[in-house]
Parts: sequence; C-alpha cells; structure tokens
Amino acid sequence: MASFIVRRLFISFFVLLGATFIVYILVSSAGDPRTALLESNDPGKANKIAALTRNLSLDMPVIPRYLNWLKGALGCFIGNCDLGNTSTGAVVTSQLSSAIGATLRLVVFAAVIAIVLGVTVGMITALRQYSGLDYTVTFLSFLFFSLPVFWIAVLMKQFLAIRFNDWLKSPTIPPWATVLIAALVGLSAMALVGGARSRRLAAFAGGALVTVVILVYLNLTQWFAEPGIGVVPMIVMSAVTAVGATALLAGFRGRIVLYATLVTAAVGVICYFALDSVLANPTNLIIFGLLVVALLVSAGIGAAMGGLYRSQAIKACMLTGFGCGALIFTANLLDAVPAYSAEVNGVVIATIGASTPNFQGNYWETWLDTLGHLILPTMAIVLISFAQYTRYTRSSMLEVMNADYIRTARAKGLTERTVVVRHGFRNALIPITTVMAIDFGGLIGGAIITETVFGWSGMGKFFNDALKIPDPNAVMGFFLVTGAAIVVFNMLADITYGFLDPRIRLT
Amino acid sequence: MSTDEKIEPPSINDAKATAAIQGMSIVARTQGQLVRRRFFRHRAAMISLTILILVILLAYTSIGFAGIPGWWIWDYYTPGLVVNRGAPTLSVWPEFLGGNGFHIGLHPFGQDDLGRDYFALTMRGAQISIMIAFVVGIVSTVIGVIVGALAGYYRGWVESALMRFTDVMITIPLLVIAAVLGQKFGGSGPLVLAIVIGLVLWTGLARLVRGEFLSLREKEFVEAARALGAKPNRIIFRHILPNTVGVITVSATLAVASAILLETALSYLGFGVRPPDTSLGLLVSNYQNAFATRPWLFWWPGLFIITIALTVNFIGDGLRDAFDPRQNRVRA
Repeated sequence: MASFIVRRLFISFFVLLGATFIVYILVSSAGDPRTALLESNDPGKANKIAALTRNLSLDMPVIPRYLNWLKGALGCFIGNCDLGNTSTGAVVTSQLSSAIGATLRLVVFAAVIAIVLGVTVGMITALRQYSGLDYTVTFLSFLFFSLPVFWIAVLMKQFLAIRFNDWLKSPTIPPWATVLIAALVGLSAMALVGGARSRRLAAFAGGALVTVVILVYLNLTQWFAEPGIGVVPMIVMSAVTAVGATALLAGFRGRIVLYATLVTAAVGVICYFALDSVLANPTNLIIFGLLVVALLVSAGIGAAMGGLYRSQAIKACMLTGFGCGALIFTANLLDAVPAYSAEVNGVVIATIGASTPNFQGNYWETWLDTLGHLILPTMAIVLISFAQYTRYTRSSMLEVMNADYIRTARAKGLTERTVVVRHGFRNALIPITTVMAIDFGGLIGGAIITETVFGWSGMGKFFNDALKIPDPNAVMGFFLVTGAAIVVFNMLADITYGFLDPRIRLT
Repeated sequence: MSTDEKIEPPSINDAKATAAIQGMSIVARTQGQLVRRRFFRHRAAMISLTILILVILLAYTSIGFAGIPGWWIWDYYTPGLVVNRGAPTLSVWPEFLGGNGFHIGLHPFGQDDLGRDYFALTMRGAQISIMIAFVVGIVSTVIGVIVGALAGYYRGWVESALMRFTDVMITIPLLVIAAVLGQKFGGSGPLVLAIVIGLVLWTGLARLVRGEFLSLREKEFVEAARALGAKPNRIIFRHILPNTVGVITVSATLAVASAILLETALSYLGFGVRPPDTSLGLLVSNYQNAFATRPWLFWWPGLFIITIALTVNFIGDGLRDAFDPRQNRVRA
C-alpha cells in the first residue's frame, strides 16, 4: 500500500507538472493582458503598460516565464507559496484562498444533497425496475443531463425566486395548485409502494388525501406568512423520524430498538422546550456542542435499552437523535423567517451573491440569509449531479441485486430489508464511492457557469474573470489548485476502492 | 429480478424442430443485422432520431447554408422594423379553446431588439451549434480511437507515453481547457473552434478503446491472424477494431451530446462563438436579461438546445442497448 501511494504520488507530480506547462503555454498565447490598456485613452497609459509588463514579466519569453512561475509554485512544498501577482497587482494566493472558501461553501452543500438524493432515488428505481417510477426517473435524468445550467438558472431566478417572493407577500394556495400537488404526491406514493392494483390505488388515495389536508391546513393558518413547527407537528415528526430510523437500520423484529428510538425522540421533544432560552441567539460553537451532546445521549439510550440488538439500537438512536436535532434547528430557523423577511424587504430567496450587503441580524437570521442565497445555485448544481448519481446507483444496484450472494441471502430466510440494506446496498455503494471521490475533486474547481450566473465570487468566477483578460498568473493559480485536487482525489478514489473491495489489489 | 428463472437455452436443433412444428423458419442474422434490429425496435431512440433529423432539416433548409438560399423569407442579419415589441406571431391555440387558431404569422418566434427575425436567428444558432457538435464528435472520436488503439495494441513505451499524455490531459478540467482554447481560437470562426475543442475531448474514448484492445489482443482469433503472418496494421484495423465498434459508436454519440452543451456553455461565457456569427448559447447569453420583458428571446434557443441534447442522449442510450451482447432479447 505504502509503495503504491508513493509511486502514485510520484507519477501524479509529473502529470501535474506537464499539465501546468500545457495550460501556461496556452494561456500565454491566448491573448495579451495589455490589450485593454493599449486600446484605452488613459493619458498615463504608457506608465501603466510599463508597470504591467514589469509586474507580469511580459518582456520575457514564455518558457523562462513559466520556469520562473514554477520556481514560485514549487515553493508551496516548503510552505513558501508564491504564485505571482494578478494583472491588477493583487497577490494570487490570497485571492485564491478567499475564492476557495466561497466555492467550498457552495459545492460541498450541493454535493452532499446530490449524493443523498441521487443514491436514494437510484436505489429505489433499481428495486422497482421497469415500473412507471423507473421510466419517469430515467426520463428526468436524461432531461437533467441535457439541460444547459445557465438556461435553467435564469428560469429558477424568475419562478423560484422573484415570483415566489411576490407570492409570499400574500401566501394563499389556489385550489388548482392544491389539486395538482396532491395528485403529484399521490402518483409518487403509488409508484413507491408498488404491488397489487388495490394497494397502489390505496397509496394514491392516502398520499393525495394527506397532502390535501396538510395544504388546506397550511392555507387556513397562513403558515407561509408565519412559518414554524408547532408542538403537535413536532411530536409527530419526531416519532416519524424514530420509526423511519428503526425501519432503515434495524427493522421491527426486535421491538426493543423501536422503543429505544421512541425514547430518544421523546427526549428530543423535551429538549425542544427545555433549550428555548439557549437557542434564542446561540453561536456556531454552541450548536456544534449541542449536536455532539445529542449524539452521545442518543448513543447512551441505545446502549442502555438495546439489549440483544445493542449495536443496531445505538445506530438507530443516533440517527433519530440527529434527525430530532435537525428538526429543532429547522423550527428555530422558521421562527425567524418573518423578522428576516421584513428586514430584507421580502426578498427571502435571493438571486445573486452570497449574502445581502450590509445585513445585520441575529444567529438565525444570518443563517436564513446564507441559506436564501445558497438555495438557487445549490439547486442548479444538484439538478445536474443528481442525474449522474441516480444512473450510477441504479445500474450498480441492479448488478448487485442479480448477484448470487443476494439469492443466497434470500434463500437462507433473511428479511427483504436486511437483504437490500445489508447485502445489496453496501456492495452497490463501492463503485459509487469512486464516482463520489472523483466528483469531489472536480468540484473544487467550482461550478464555473453556476457561479457566473449567480454572481458567486468563488473559484469558477475567479477563473472566468482571469481568462477574460487573460491573466496568466491568476489562471495558473486556479489551475494549480483544481489540478492538484483532481489528482489527489483520483488517488483517494483508487485507495478507497482497494479498502472497500478487498478483491482489488493495489500494486 | 428474483422471480426470473434462468432457463437453459434450447439447442439449435431443438429450436429448429420446435419451429418446424409451429410452421416457422429460423433466419440466421449477422451481428450487424441484430444490432440494427434491436436499435430500430428501441422506441425512445427511434422517436429521438426522427425528431433530431427533423430539427437538422429545419435548421439547414429554412435559411439556407453556405450560400444556398433557403425557403424562409427572412435572413438572420438584416435589421427590420420592430412590430408589436417583437412579440412572436406564432399561434397554435385552437379557436374552440378561445385561441386564435393555428397560423404562423410574419415572425413566428418574434423579433430581437434590432428587428431581426428571431426564427432565422435561432435557425442560424442551431446550424452552428449542430455543426460544432458533429465536428467535435468526429475529431475527438478519430483521435481517441487512434491513441487508444496504438496504446492498447503495442503496449510498452508507446502505451506509457500515450497514456501518461492522456493522464495529463484528463487533469485539466474540460471546461477550463476548452475555455482557454476558445479564448484563443473563438475569433477564428466556428469551424476552427470545433476542431480545437475536438482536440481536447478524446481522452475518455482513448481509455475505453485501450481497455478493449488490451483484452482483445490476447484473444485466439488475433493469435491466429498473427500466426498467419498478418501485419499489425491489418490486425488492428481488420480484426480488432470491428470488435470495438459498439463502444466507439456509443461513445461518439455521447461526445456529440456533451459537445452541444460544451459549445453553448462556452458561448454563454464568451469564450465560444463570437458575434456577428451566432450560436444557441450566445443567443441565450445575449437575452437572459430580457427574460422578464421579452421571454420569447430566451425560450426558443433554450428549447432547441434541450431538444438536440436530449435526442442525441436518447439515441446514444438506444445504441448502447443495441450493441449490448447481454441483451439477447429484442425489446418490444
């Protein structure tokens, strides 16, 4: 393993070296950064041109200039990074680090959502192969593949931000929308349940009816004007979280696990009331501390009550504890919406930038501000990656579920849940992990188009602006970070594959 | 599919006997015929192919191409008088539903702010985008196949050199190198841009083809050809390459689909096709701020991008199914 890593690092270093050379030559020949100055009517332009030439060493031939740049870049290994200056004289490294921060905030969030959604949907479609749901999801993922991001982004800005904000000023759900949403929910419930026709019709009716009731209730109580999670919904949703976690991780054969998660949920609901004063205006540190405490307490409940099913109970309780924490967090966020909305003149979902300029608010309002700005670019990125993850998971899951060991697992009488989650899903995840690792490497480079459309000043926009000039040092700084990330994550993908699938030998 | 039971395939003589009893005859089909049959029975792919051909015909015949005049009355560059804020005159809503009945009108897709006919502009954009996509597909496929075949067949230092070079190219994100090249060559016209993008899009196919070659070159029929004294050229092109045609076709189709989106993205960012010429991405980019007031300037090019990309993707999917040897049943 060690020799594999060392050799791989060695090769990767030279691969990256070659790539920097190619990019440097191409960028330098793409245009002259002095063009804009040469065409201007600035009286002091001779001086400015001379300064720019000196600053970027434009009087040197390309190859020595590259070697010069390389010398500075190699300094990164000994903690003395020098990637030169941009055409405006700013230091590349400092600009890069702020761009990386902004990009990571955007893409990590988006990648996590895309993975969770994509893997879940992919798994379900694989289990319901050739059903209506499968065909619908297949068509949708092809559609998402074929969508130009910049086009769908403009549509989102118009319909999900501007129109939605307008609607929020007097939020009433028209009857036709109620019927439409109910029908859609009913259809997806029907597709999810599968089985005999009577069962599917019952699922459709149940799903549609519950949706209608919820929507009418939300409408009558003007929920959208003053959102929040009341006491009764809080209790119901915590209980649902407990049951869901049990169903996913342990099944209902050992009743004791269900009791343990329900106790965890009850503790969560009590905490919701008990922590009211602490959560009025907390800090990130307090929230993180509470999360750790919540996970520890849930693990404790699981360990104490689990009995024979101890390890499963601990996991299920921790998931429940996390879910209840998320519910409490959401409840507090929603409570802050009216105040936040008044402060930003009703622009709850923003269309541009990373935060409202000059915005001052308490902890929850700042969170709302960040989320309101994140939601549209995140959706744009999720839409595209979601399609990819769904397809991968589906095909990988199909392959695994047809394997002999799955038949063996069924034959020896395991429950379908155990077969799917323990034997099927875990093995299906192995190839997907590789895709995830490689995807993450690419994400550091930022979503160039998404960032441009939404005015997000991350890596993508940094690259886009730099190439317009074209500014070799800035583009190279961008490429060095992205290229290194891609190389490293590709290597990580290989190593994790070796760990997860012992049949693969890394030599 | 737990309920599916694997049934041993009956032997050919059994099958013939059964068929004779039922009054049917068994037809021998070549590999190509099988693939073609499976593709023609793939409903989504066939619908997509029809739509794609119609779109291509519409784009190239309507306003003409390369000096040949088309049947559409307007061209895409002459400014005109803006009628009714340039709103589209296309009407498809039938009269009995309260609409105006079906008629095309003077400017079915509307006019842009200079009064140019937007249908003609969109068609011009579609022409350029389709042309770029296909040229990129062809160039990248040719390079990918050559690199992959040489590396996979010769092994040794040829393979090391070519594959390390491929690794280097893969390290550079596609949009990044395409944007850098577009910045340099975008002004030299769409065809040059297409060839240049094709020069960087071959890496994935090269790896695929190399993999195929690595396994095929150890097969007995290659051994036999070599024993008969066939030259490497003949082995590569007559014996191994025809066996990789499935992988190559599918990959080339998907390359066309990604090239469409890549070109529109580049033009959108300003590194692709430059004015006065136009492409679908450039049209969306120009008029994205007009969405609130004149949404048609934004809808039409976007719908054409989606239509082209979606149909090509579905055709690729149909081809993959058709070439898949595990798919021995013809899909209904």
